[in-house]
Amino acid sequence: MRAGLLFALVALLYIATGVLQSWSLALTIFNMGLVSAIMALGVNIQWGYAGLFNVGVMGFVALGGLGAVLVGMPPVPDAWSAGGVRILAALAVGAAVLVAAVLAWTRMSRGWVRTLVTLAILVVGFYVYRAIFDPARDAIEAVNPAATGYLGGLGLPILLAWPVGALIAAGAAWLIGKTALGLRSDYLAIATLGIAEIIIAVLKNEDWLARGVKNVSGLPRPVPFEVDLQQDPDFLARIGSLDPVTASSIAVKLAYTALFLVVLALVLWLSQAALASPWGRMMRAIRDNETAAEAMGKNVVRRHLQVFVIGSAICGLAGAMMTTLDGQLTPGTYQPLRYTFLIWVMVIVGGSGNNWGAVLGGFLVWWLWTQVEPMGAFMMSVLTSPLPETSPLRLHLMDSVQYTRVLLMGVVLLLVLRFSPRGLVPEK
Amino acid sequence: MDLVNALVALTNFVLIPGAAYGAQLALGALGVTLIYGILRFSNFAHGDTMAFGTMVTIGVTWWLQSVGVSLGPLPTALLAMPVGIVATVLLLLATDRVVYRFYRKQRAAPVILVIVSIGVMFILNGVVRIFIGTDNQVFADGARFVISARDFRDATGLEEGLALRVSQVITLVTAIVTVAALFWFLTKTRTGTSMRAYSDNEDLALLSGISPERVVIIAWALAGTLATIAGVLYGLDKSFMPFTYFQLLLPIFAAAIVGGLGSPIGAIAGGFVIAFSEVTLTYAWLKVQEYLLPSWQPDGLLQLLATEYKFAVSFAILVTVLIFRPTGLFRGKSA
Repeated sequence: MRAGLLFALVALLYIATGVLQSWSLALTIFNMGLVSAIMALGVNIQWGYAGLFNVGVMGFVALGGLGAVLVGMPPVPDAWSAGGVRILAALAVGAAVLVAAVLAWTRMSRGWVRTLVTLAILVVGFYVYRAIFDPARDAIEAVNPAATGYLGGLGLPILLAWPVGALIAAGAAWLIGKTALGLRSDYLAIATLGIAEIIIAVLKNEDWLARGVKNVSGLPRPVPFEVDLQQDPDFLARIGSLDPVTASSIAVKLAYTALFLVVLALVLWLSQAALASPWGRMMRAIRDNETAAEAMGKNVVRRHLQVFVIGSAICGLAGAMMTTLDGQLTPGTYQPLRYTFLIWVMVIVGGSGNNWGAVLGGFLVWWLWTQVEPMGAFMMSVLTSPLPETSPLRLHLMDSVQYTRVLLMGVVLLLVLRFSPRGLVPEK
Repeated sequence: MDLVNALVALTNFVLIPGAAYGAQLALGALGVTLIYGILRFSNFAHGDTMAFGTMVTIGVTWWLQSVGVSLGPLPTALLAMPVGIVATVLLLLATDRVVYRFYRKQRAAPVILVIVSIGVMFILNGVVRIFIGTDNQVFADGARFVISARDFRDATGLEEGLALRVSQVITLVTAIVTVAALFWFLTKTRTGTSMRAYSDNEDLALLSGISPERVVIIAWALAGTLATIAGVLYGLDKSFMPFTYFQLLLPIFAAAIVGGLGSPIGAIAGGFVIAFSEVTLTYAWLKVQEYLLPSWQPDGLLQLLATEYKFAVSFAILVTVLIFRPTGLFRGKSA
């Protein structure tokens, strides 16, 4: 009942945006709201079901975006012949070195010999890796650096990138979980925060992979281009007297909305089914009392790893969808405040442990995030009205209005934590 | 002679910058570790607290400069810093009163307090950006060098120059004075002793009549002071940019955890461990190598890691310590 009302209220916010501003804008916000809702579901699975404190959401989202590039973009044959095989070999060597070091550490008996052997494997391995990797990288990056300078992708349909993005994120999450899970909650938080920064640093600097800060743009789209629609007689006949430019832009956005809605419905349905199943009950039992669950024979570490991988995969899925929607991967724009902590605000505000709550939080908080700026501008102009029009302080404050939304998110988070700690739609 | 040149290059590019950066991280990590010891949660808002203190200091510095006050060769910011400290301490005390105290009374789980601190982080983040914007601010004035590279070369006749910047000397001196004062306070005064007692065993401390609210207030005051000093020193040495301060959270936490959360000595050791590892791994060793082994001419710069991967260094150290010695080098609070 309460949830239904709240959803109606949020729907009203979006409709009001459509009526008062423009439908095109309302749809843009709604599409990102759908993506945000999926990210919030991913975090909710980790935090709400299992109490895992993951603040590396940004990293998994970015990995999903990388998936979109690796699947959707056409391959660059020159770059592949220049150094493709060598770079793959280098990566294989790097992985083999790490595996060998871990094996040496776990298989050998304790003592200084083991430490020395492990260190030797790592040091020698690092130099071998760099010896193969560096020339291959330079060769690839030298291939037409202004347009490509990277290996490109597989040239497959972009929709395939969504599950692939999820898989890449899941793989990374498995590696991270293997090392960092089992740490105390705030250590896990710091560890995931660091991992996310490292993932972004890799995306920014490894030009051979996805062009780094030169960005990959012009990703293939799962929906038609606006320009093509405007010249399509079928489309023109169907819209009647509407302006073809506006109509085509709205049609494209609606197509994305439909695709995203299908994914959201699927993820939500699966999450709900999982939560209601014996597995979901077990997860909540582990969250509420690890020791008791362990005494009942549940493997807490394994279950944590499982849920960490699933949640991160969902974040990766959302990341791939977002990159598809943007049509480009821009590693420079990934900021923890926006892609990690904002998602956390969505989950906490919506109601941790409740999937519908996470979805509601996703839509509500995303709408606030995009729409607070105009409101902030109004507030600021009222606050600064005693100052003269040309006062430098007033101009400066009006300039920084965009940051009021960061401030507001903090206030919203603190208010919810204080007065409704279980969120707007509490867990049943 | 070449050996001396190599040593000079090493000092110039690794030892001095590493020591200054280490001192800045150590001061930041001390704040984190104190809050952890007394309030028992990892304060995610610490980076933005540093940014806030630095912002106030910069504002006062600008005002002082506009009325023509200066410290001669020393940066004016040193004169403005006390104001920044007072403002930050007041802010933290107000935050504690309005936000954190409620959860303390409830005895909320540490992870809830961490999430609450994320809320505070958002607010401080917004406040700093609204007032000073996101741009880079350079606010160091006065003399730039104690010894400039050219003077050094002229004086010694060496090929390699050695520069010692004023900000680096100030960083080290201020850090030593601050840390000495902090340890004197923690070990020699009654209040400091009661803080350590509270950190070691809360119940026992309460039984012996230590007022918990008083301890908490002093902990925030110390954290605010340390955060502002660390922030101003970092800003003088490099420059002030809100996002950089947010990102400092990672090496600072790494330093505090590597040293052992809750252990002040550990925080200092951790700060230097992290700083020197970052600097040595991202330094291009070509220059030192040219003097030591002139016969070998490598094609690269002999840089182990690109500078952009410095986070990876703090992170790798952090994970290694957590796996092999979860309580940190100096036996902080158990994992």
